[in-house]
Amino acid sequence: MAVLDIIAASKRFAATIAVDRVSLSIERGEFFALLGPSGCGKTTLLRLIAGFETPDGGTILIDGAEMNAVPPYARPINMMFQSYALFPHLDVAGNVAFGLRQEGMERRRRDARVAEMLALVQMSTYARRRPHELSGGQKQRVALARALAKAPKLLLLDEPLAALDRKLREETRLELRGIQERLGTTFLVVTHDQEEALGMASRIAVMHEGQLVQIGTPADIYERPKSRFVADFVGAVNLFEGELVDAAGGPCLAIAGVDTPVALPQSAGAAAGATAGTTLALALRPERLHLSAERPSGFALAATVASTDYQGGQSTIHLAAASGRKMRAHVPSATARGLARGAAVWASWRPDDAVVLTE
Amino acid sequence: MTAGRFVLRLSILALGFAFLYLPIAVLVAYSFNGSRLVTIWGGLSVRWYGALLHDDKYRAAALTSLEVAVMAASAALVIGTCAGLAMNRFARFRGRLLFGFMLMAPLVVPEVILGLSLLLLFVAGQSLLGIPASRGILTVTIAHATFTACFVAVLVRAQLAGFDRSLEEAALDLGARPFAVLWHITLPGISPALVSGWLLAFTMSLDDLVVASFVSGPSATTLPMAVYSSVRIGVTPEINALATIFLAIVCATVALAFGLMARQERRRVAAS
Amino acid sequence: MIGLGRWGRRALIGLPFLWLAVFFLLPLAIVAGISLSQSADAIPPFRPLLSATSAGLHLDATLANYRELAEGCLRVYLNSLGNAALATLLCLLIGYPVAFAIARTPRVWRPLLLFLVVLPFWTSFLIRVYAWIALLQPSGLINRLLVAAGIVAAPLPLLYNGFSVELGLAYSYLPFMILPLYGSLVQIDESLVEAAADLGAPPWHVLARVILPLTLPGIAAGMLLVFIPAVGEFVIPDLLGGPDTLMVGKLLWQEFFDNVDWPAAGALAMALVAILTVPLLVAQRLAERAEAR
Repeated sequence: MAVLDIIAASKRFAATIAVDRVSLSIERGEFFALLGPSGCGKTTLLRLIAGFETPDGGTILIDGAEMNAVPPYARPINMMFQSYALFPHLDVAGNVAFGLRQEGMERRRRDARVAEMLALVQMSTYARRRPHELSGGQKQRVALARALAKAPKLLLLDEPLAALDRKLREETRLELRGIQERLGTTFLVVTHDQEEALGMASRIAVMHEGQLVQIGTPADIYERPKSRFVADFVGAVNLFEGELVDAAGGPCLAIAGVDTPVALPQSAGAAAGATAGTTLALALRPERLHLSAERPSGFALAATVASTDYQGGQSTIHLAAASGRKMRAHVPSATARGLARGAAVWASWRPDDAVVLTE
Repeated sequence: MTAGRFVLRLSILALGFAFLYLPIAVLVAYSFNGSRLVTIWGGLSVRWYGALLHDDKYRAAALTSLEVAVMAASAALVIGTCAGLAMNRFARFRGRLLFGFMLMAPLVVPEVILGLSLLLLFVAGQSLLGIPASRGILTVTIAHATFTACFVAVLVRAQLAGFDRSLEEAALDLGARPFAVLWHITLPGISPALVSGWLLAFTMSLDDLVVASFVSGPSATTLPMAVYSSVRIGVTPEINALATIFLAIVCATVALAFGLMARQERRRVAAS
Repeated sequence: MIGLGRWGRRALIGLPFLWLAVFFLLPLAIVAGISLSQSADAIPPFRPLLSATSAGLHLDATLANYRELAEGCLRVYLNSLGNAALATLLCLLIGYPVAFAIARTPRVWRPLLLFLVVLPFWTSFLIRVYAWIALLQPSGLINRLLVAAGIVAAPLPLLYNGFSVELGLAYSYLPFMILPLYGSLVQIDESLVEAAADLGAPPWHVLARVILPLTLPGIAAGMLLVFIPAVGEFVIPDLLGGPDTLMVGKLLWQEFFDNVDWPAAGALAMALVAILTVPLLVAQRLAERAEAR
């Protein structure tokens, strides 16, 4: 049985539909991510699951039990808030013990559990400190310990890494994964940062304008996006539009401004049913765009180097084709050094590296 | 910032505070004046303090005032906090406009109107229902609680406006029922408003002359009423001593409160 | 609040609502009723408005009190309004610079300064007003200093007249003006002032064109907090005023306690409420707008 079942949940605020008939299932022990830009409805969905909002339509089930009318304090779920929401008038131990106090756990067990949780997040020596004396990262650990103290069936995390600086973000990401694996608790993370989602989750659901647009493993989402939105939102992407043409080697895409058509990937099952002349879109990740000084055999695009962004080990090359089309490629910085601004290059890719987008 | 501006600021503040504190300085100085008359300086003396402490009239009045003030402030705290919470949390309810008006009007309506209207209420109550049986400490307490509650409501609302609601959601999420959230999270969170609200209500009750005069009875003379009747008769220097004692108590209390808080903070930091 | 339930909500709203309805609204209604009845030699000293007779309910209402008011008391009302207005202006003129100065001091000192503004408030109001008598009388400190310094030949009449009443009013209500002004001043985004200066505006310009308009809510709040109660002020005209500074508050007191004419006092009160309704509604509107922000 799934830990969380959402069946066609909807929520509207005045004239806006925040959540539009979203359905998904989360299994026990999963590290699930809800990914999407601001305003896509992911936070509203989270609040529906936690019980702070009631759905206008649809059902929310936890372990098979219907939760629509159940208030937040009666749900076997706990949440780690984006702002941490630590109680300022209680110390760290008091914060972690709060939920346990509410359910009436007796003192000795409670103290033991608090100690256990603080050890889990490595905050044992801070038990007597007040929240205002802690750094952002420390506050977050306390918030996590507090949310896990009651051993909830599902832990909700609202943008857990948003307020941290880059280095801390990576460390915390690893720690969260480690804790989740150790405890086996089901985690549901809401985030707008695709790097976060790809790095932490075992399954991701992408949301856009209140709707769920794609669910899958991180590899599914990144390497096989179904729509323009997902392709563009998750990571950088080059988009090519063109008409389907039938050629000797199989179905190809005739891209505007390019004389030779490019072969479609073998896995493009959708193309099989389409007739010649249909407009299709191809998505290609920048790291799959191959640059060469000489024109390769087969399909290639002529372009000039517009600018280079140095990013340490890798660099992003921004290219402009004669037709005005813009592209970008990720290459090792050593290679990038050899490409001066204005240099003429040929861009190409292996047909199977691209993905046909259906939306 | 230029020196000229600094001097200007300093002189404005000095003048302003001089104006505010001139009568107080006079009171304190003359409370130690050996002579009864303001025109003659009779050397330093504490005889007026002695006279004050022996004066039964003032002592009884002071006790009455304190009793009323404590009860009224406590009642005002409850009423005002409920009102503040209601206005802050419930955006729409029947009668909200009227409620808002009732919370604001007593703050500004002249005291003679408050006093007169409440007295008439008590009189009507007495003749129609038999309660209150007589006017005294209870009626003054009710009257004071009524208008000071509005001040408490203002302070509570102001503090609630800056209160982080996610704290309440976190508490709910952790299993606390709404009343427990209110008790364990919200009220501690607005405790500055609660403390200052009680103190403000207490002070206003202690200081009130007009309303108390209207609604009190023969058995309950408050301190302002006693002072007022003395002042009408003639000069009584014990009053200077009384004012100085008030001032000393307030300053001592504030200093004590600060000191306690600082010590508590130091102890906690050392223990952690 | 989530889940508080209908009963919790009702209790939270109901308790203060009922209390204020019974102890504020109802009394005002009774005053209105009394203002329409006649004085009588009884306890309580008025003829009941509604009485049950053999013919049914009998309404014994009269507008006589209001007629008497219109004939004799208008000057007192005008006096009260005038005094209150002047006091409000004085409070603004003194209070604005002080509030401004406090808002400009380094943050560390502000709580102390605000405390010093409020502290006099905590020493008996009555006694402080009384202290002004000692200061303003012919043989009081101020006159003695003036004479000793040679500024005047004979003591000035500073007491029991309009001057002392205005001084007393301005003195007592000053904190009510300073606090909202300070609140408004401190909320001004520093960057707006800096931008104005950066664009070349001289200091006076910045004050008049940028700061003053932005503090209008504070000014309005302060003016209402001073004006409305000052109109009906009793203690200050009573202790510091003379025969020609009669204000409504004192008149009402006299009618009630000295003449034992409750209906007349009631009429005075209702007329005062009527006059103050407009500023009261303005104050309510301001408070709501401040809440909405």
